[in-house]
Amino acid sequence: MSRATRPETPAGTRCAHCAVPVPPALQQPAGAPSYCCRGCATAAALIREAGLQQYYGLPEGRDRPVTATGKRYDEYDHDAFQRLYVQRRPDGTASMELLLEGVHCRSCLWLVERVPLVLPGVLRAELEVSRAVARVTWDPAVTTLSAIARTLDTLGYPSHPFRGIAAERVRRGEQRRMLTDLAISGAIAMNVMLIALAMYSGWFGAVEAGYERYFRWISLLLTIPAVVGPGRVFFRAAWAGLRVRRLQMDLPVALALAAGLARGAVNTWTGVGPIYFDGVATLIFLLLMGRYLQHRSQRAAADATELTASLAPRSARVVDGGGLREVPTEAVLPAMLLDVRVGDAFAADGVVESGVSSLDLALLTGESRPVAVGPGDIVFAGTTNLSAPLRVRVTAAGEATRLGGILRRMEESAKRRAPIVQFADRMAGTFVALVITAAALTWWYWSTRDPLNALDHAIALLIVTCPCALALATPLAITVATGRAAQRGILIKGGDALEALATPGRIWLDKTGTITQGHARVVHFTGDPSAKPFILALERSSTHPVALAFTRAWPDLDAPTPALVEQVAGRGIRGVVQGRTVVVGSPEFVRAGLRSAAQVDPEDPVLTPVWIAIDGELVATAGIGDPVAVGAREAIAALRARGWRVGILSGDEPRTVAAVARSVGVEASDAIGAATPEAKLAVVERSLRDGRVVMVGDGVNDAAALAAATVGVSVHGGAEASLAAADVYLATPGLDPLVALIDGVGRTMTLLKRNLAFSALYNVFGAGLCAVGVIDPLLAAVVMPISSIIVIATSYRSDTFAPRP
Amino acid sequence: MSVLYLVLPLALLLVLGALVAFRWAARQGQFDDLDTPALRALDDDEAGRGAV
Repeated sequence: MSRATRPETPAGTRCAHCAVPVPPALQQPAGAPSYCCRGCATAAALIREAGLQQYYGLPEGRDRPVTATGKRYDEYDHDAFQRLYVQRRPDGTASMELLLEGVHCRSCLWLVERVPLVLPGVLRAELEVSRAVARVTWDPAVTTLSAIARTLDTLGYPSHPFRGIAAERVRRGEQRRMLTDLAISGAIAMNVMLIALAMYSGWFGAVEAGYERYFRWISLLLTIPAVVGPGRVFFRAAWAGLRVRRLQMDLPVALALAAGLARGAVNTWTGVGPIYFDGVATLIFLLLMGRYLQHRSQRAAADATELTASLAPRSARVVDGGGLREVPTEAVLPAMLLDVRVGDAFAADGVVESGVSSLDLALLTGESRPVAVGPGDIVFAGTTNLSAPLRVRVTAAGEATRLGGILRRMEESAKRRAPIVQFADRMAGTFVALVITAAALTWWYWSTRDPLNALDHAIALLIVTCPCALALATPLAITVATGRAAQRGILIKGGDALEALATPGRIWLDKTGTITQGHARVVHFTGDPSAKPFILALERSSTHPVALAFTRAWPDLDAPTPALVEQVAGRGIRGVVQGRTVVVGSPEFVRAGLRSAAQVDPEDPVLTPVWIAIDGELVATAGIGDPVAVGAREAIAALRARGWRVGILSGDEPRTVAAVARSVGVEASDAIGAATPEAKLAVVERSLRDGRVVMVGDGVNDAAALAAATVGVSVHGGAEASLAAADVYLATPGLDPLVALIDGVGRTMTLLKRNLAFSALYNVFGAGLCAVGVIDPLLAAVVMPISSIIVIATSYRSDTFAPRP
Repeated sequence: MSVLYLVLPLALLLVLGALVAFRWAARQGQFDDLDTPALRALDDDEAGRGAV
């Protein structure tokens, strides 16, 4: 995810903190470090001050600029907040789990865990990289939680309170128990096997009768705890299955364990006949291994809801008798008056009371252009205020907001979605019926011909056909595939997604950030190039997307300082630069100030037109748009070649969506624009009736649709809520990883089917030998593990996901 | 050969000891996060995460 080595370029061209190229205006004279932005400079100063220069020597460095939010995190010190999230220890210290944004590599781990050196009073910081959750312990007498959050923010890791502590603790306890059970059954299986080996070798030579009896008793004493300890899960599951009248894989396992143990115990007592302890113990171990692997690969998927909940906006500024008070979102109530600064997200739905500004609705609706609002207009929680402070009267807060509704529906659809019954599970019913019938038939057949050994033949069949290889086949193939995929930057949260992606269906792609690059750029600029510094002079003072597009377009230009700047929300910006009046904005806005009528060629419908006038003369026009990502067309063609029906589902303007669809080769009937989050969800649910649906998106506006789809795929740079809702996350930009994912899944399913076919073949073969009475305990003991080992070996040798090119 | 009557139980006691140790480690949470410590081990400087 991060590059392996820091490129060897002279300081002064690359940022000393994040190695991103530095704009010429910010380059320092030789010797002094240059920074690409203020965020990096501040973070670097903090790191140097704490004596942590070693950070820059780490093999994996930071590869993107620090984007500190600059928030004050005052709400972290609020009583209501502390009661919810902070744990007090008897020794007076406090601790809390914080979900960090921007954690991506080893350097992050190094830096986050050294926060105690940066901020006195912090006693410990431990980061779990895979979940990006940091556990921080501090002394409340020395420092405050908000100070810790501000320090992390300055270093480039904005934090959110992690809300799923209780659920996480339960899952963690369960995993620890499973691991302990696995260890116990493993230790017992190895030792029983060793003893069995000694006895089998006695077949060829001679073991004194006394020792043989001794070995048998020891084996019995070892196997009993394995069956009643770790093995109890099979009895419980088999019983649960019987009660709902379903034939489950656990039933023959429980039968084999019980029959093997009982018959072995009787034979140990009498001293004649086979004991099955080695088989029984190995069985428990191998089956538990399969269960454990499956559980682990599903755990990540279970984190989803808590992570989403942790990301909702969490503080608001309430106007209270003339003063301002920062409160947690939980404390915001309808009828309160909120003060929303530029760059802040709205904490609740409301009506604008005073102020004129423009909003970024991208998070909620996917609309890529800013929308103007004034007094009386409705604003929604989760959208961002772009250009001027607003006062908003709250109409709905918390769960009642539109955002709250979307998140709730997302959770609901995530729950409602029935888990895909895996291939092995579908086989289970038939398999179980077959095995039990075969065992009964074997016993019936031999009971007339060889009454003494009839029961032994049946028990041998039950043990030999125990689905060890079968139980390992699916989880192993999935574990190996997800591991390899993760190395390629494709994070797959659950095995369900793999199976669902194996058969073609429908793919809905979000436009902004998925097919396109995700942020506005200056696509064309026609007119007098000498106007550029004047444009920059104005636009550098604004955070409006159009302004950012201009500053990104010409990072190397020097711009004069403007004497006067005035932003007109939703229309443009004007000011005085070097004594000349400069106006940049929408055609209507600029035309109003022109001295003569201007004639301009018709605009490209995909682009937002921007006119530039200096001293009342139109000097240039520009088109701002979000260009299609490189390779998108080829990737979509590749997906269609593999049988998928590709469509675009976007919140952006239908005209824009149609134009993008044309340029990437998607049929016009499959390009849907102006889709609200609710509409996206509805489209996905409608397509679900016709088969599998894969939704690919990056925003909060996609979250509900991502969760509802058979498989939700979130792409590089997406909003964290979409990451949480998705089953798959693609960490590299563009659509190529999506093609790699589909191809990898195809190979994984081939491997899985090969594994299952082999295990089934082994079972049929073993059952046949048992039924005719050929197999003896030695053969069974050798063949059973070998079949599992073959499954393990083929799984690890397979090329499910090719390494990163 | 009669030494087996003594050695086998002793060996099993050793196994029991190992299991108890494993259970303790698992309950301590030493197997909860298998990715992070692998990255952490490569740093020689441990001073940053000073003990309480």
